[in-house]
Amino acid sequence: MTIITRRALGALTAASLVALTATGALAQDKKIIAVSIPAATHGWTGGVVYHAEQAEKEIEAAFPNIDVIVKTSPSAEAQVSALEDLSAAQKLDALVILPFTSEELTGPVQTVKEGGTFIAVVDRGLTDPAIQDLYVAGDNIAVGANTAKWLAEKLGNEGKIVVLRGIPTVIDDERIQGFTDVIKGTNIEILDIQYANWNQDEAFTLMQDYLAKYPQIDAVWANDDDMLLGVLEAVKQSGRTEIKYALGGNGMKDVIEMVMAGDPVTPISTPYPPSMIKSAIYMTAAQFSGQAPMRGSFKLDAPLITPENAEQFYFPDSPF
Amino acid sequence: MTSTTTNIARAEAPRRFRWADAGPFLALALVVLIGVVMNSSFMTGTNIANVVTRSAFIAIIAVGATFVISSGCLDLSVGSMMAFVTGIMILTMNRLEPSLGANAIFAGALVGLVVGALCGLANGLIVTLGKIEPFIATLGTMGIFRALITWMSDGGSIPIDRALRDPYRPVYFGNVLGVPLPVVITLIVVLAGAFLLYRTKYGRRCMAAGSNSEVARFSGVSVARVRTLAFVIQGLCVAIAAICYIPRLGAATPTTGQLWELQVITAVVIGGTLLRGGKARIWGTVAGALILEVIANLMVLSNMVSEYLVAAVQGVIIILAMLAHRFIR
Repeated sequence: MTIITRRALGALTAASLVALTATGALAQDKKIIAVSIPAATHGWTGGVVYHAEQAEKEIEAAFPNIDVIVKTSPSAEAQVSALEDLSAAQKLDALVILPFTSEELTGPVQTVKEGGTFIAVVDRGLTDPAIQDLYVAGDNIAVGANTAKWLAEKLGNEGKIVVLRGIPTVIDDERIQGFTDVIKGTNIEILDIQYANWNQDEAFTLMQDYLAKYPQIDAVWANDDDMLLGVLEAVKQSGRTEIKYALGGNGMKDVIEMVMAGDPVTPISTPYPPSMIKSAIYMTAAQFSGQAPMRGSFKLDAPLITPENAEQFYFPDSPF
Repeated sequence: MTSTTTNIARAEAPRRFRWADAGPFLALALVVLIGVVMNSSFMTGTNIANVVTRSAFIAIIAVGATFVISSGCLDLSVGSMMAFVTGIMILTMNRLEPSLGANAIFAGALVGLVVGALCGLANGLIVTLGKIEPFIATLGTMGIFRALITWMSDGGSIPIDRALRDPYRPVYFGNVLGVPLPVVITLIVVLAGAFLLYRTKYGRRCMAAGSNSEVARFSGVSVARVRTLAFVIQGLCVAIAAICYIPRLGAATPTTGQLWELQVITAVVIGGTLLRGGKARIWGTVAGALILEVIANLMVLSNMVSEYLVAAVQGVIIILAMLAHRFIR
């Protein structure tokens, strides 16, 4: 009996060993692309998560030799830990990362890079650009500047406007800088710029206060579409009719719908699409599957979204 | 046994007439006066109506928090709970709209009240039956409610059905004899809260449990039951605030109600309720909520403060208000 069991056991171990090495060989054939992104805490990051998950499905279906792993993290610290866990569990062939903050993530990404991993950075750049093999980002300055140019033209370079800005970050600073630089060259007066933290509620409150403070406002710019929805509600409640334009930015689907419908107050938006994560994942996959060279920087334009081209920027299934 | 509690109540009663208790109202008057001097658009009817209406959410939730805090507990989950209840209500209303039409609003509101009460009950039971520090217990549920609303909305937003927007709009934007409806609802909640706290046995037990839970227990007060009920009241207040909140923007998002718990606690404490429990001031709480909202309003209306420093100035004003409180006493 004992001999039989022992033999059986021996056979079993041998079999499992063979199985193990087989799966090991299989895993080595597969290229692993890890995707590290912020968790869905507001509309835009919700869009990032949605598009990353879509890309995972599409790429795994199209290229069976590529395995995409998407990990979301609620904070910069958590993202650093996630990177450590990801690279400890397996050999990463590529890392696509949308860093929470530039400074804190530079060191950890450098460590991953030293293991021979292809690094694709999205949206927020690292402090040392030498680390990245591929950089994909939107153009925040253009988001502000293109909106400002359109607005200046429509207002005939005259008028009084108010601005709502987001959370104090580089993204917010760049948008405001792009906008104010263009407005400086006109006779348009910016009455006020205050933070509303990319939050609908705070934007509603702030707009109510702007309306109480200024008897004449020709146009409003909220540097994000989430805030724009709050602004529009406050304007509607006040019954004020002198406000000719209320503009946002980012290409949220609710606002794209308004643009498509030819809304007179919000006839345009500018994209800063969360789907840029998808561009980065696809490009990284091309690097491994098609051996199409993908090293370098890729900056997405921020063209005006108008009723004519709105269809291209509309993703009805995305949460953003 | 009951004599102890009535003694406490009697000892507290005359204090209510001391002028030091008028502190929060004097502070409110002062802030308003500064507003009038600083900016001419402050005293306009629209601005005052805006500010008072806006403060309704914090005021209503803070009435519930006054019960929780005075009974010796703390609830950090109210902001997330508010977002969660809002999400559930909108989903219910949207689901029922095809069959019930505009009546779906009432059904949804009812569901919201039940869900709010259940959330409060869960908090209360974790604290009392589970014997976990309220700070930690509600920190846990705060994360749970916030994650649930994020999950329900896929990180985006849950908008209310277009067909319901117009019939529901008046609940935030409408008025009764010129008084905005959210203000009327706040007044009803505050009156009910004041009655419960100052005129009923439950209110006195709340104070007893908060000032010294051991003594209260020996006097025959079921501290666990009193505290659990306080959390349920808090949950109901959150649901009432949610009912007024939905028509304002017509959507719930993962950032709905973010950091409101801190505003609520600040309003309660500015109002003269002791953070360690045992003393409650419902009307003071309302004054506290108004003070916070007026300060925020003034920061935008005045041009004196750099946009980068607004939060710092608000912090300084709150600390000054509390210090003034201390010295008046």
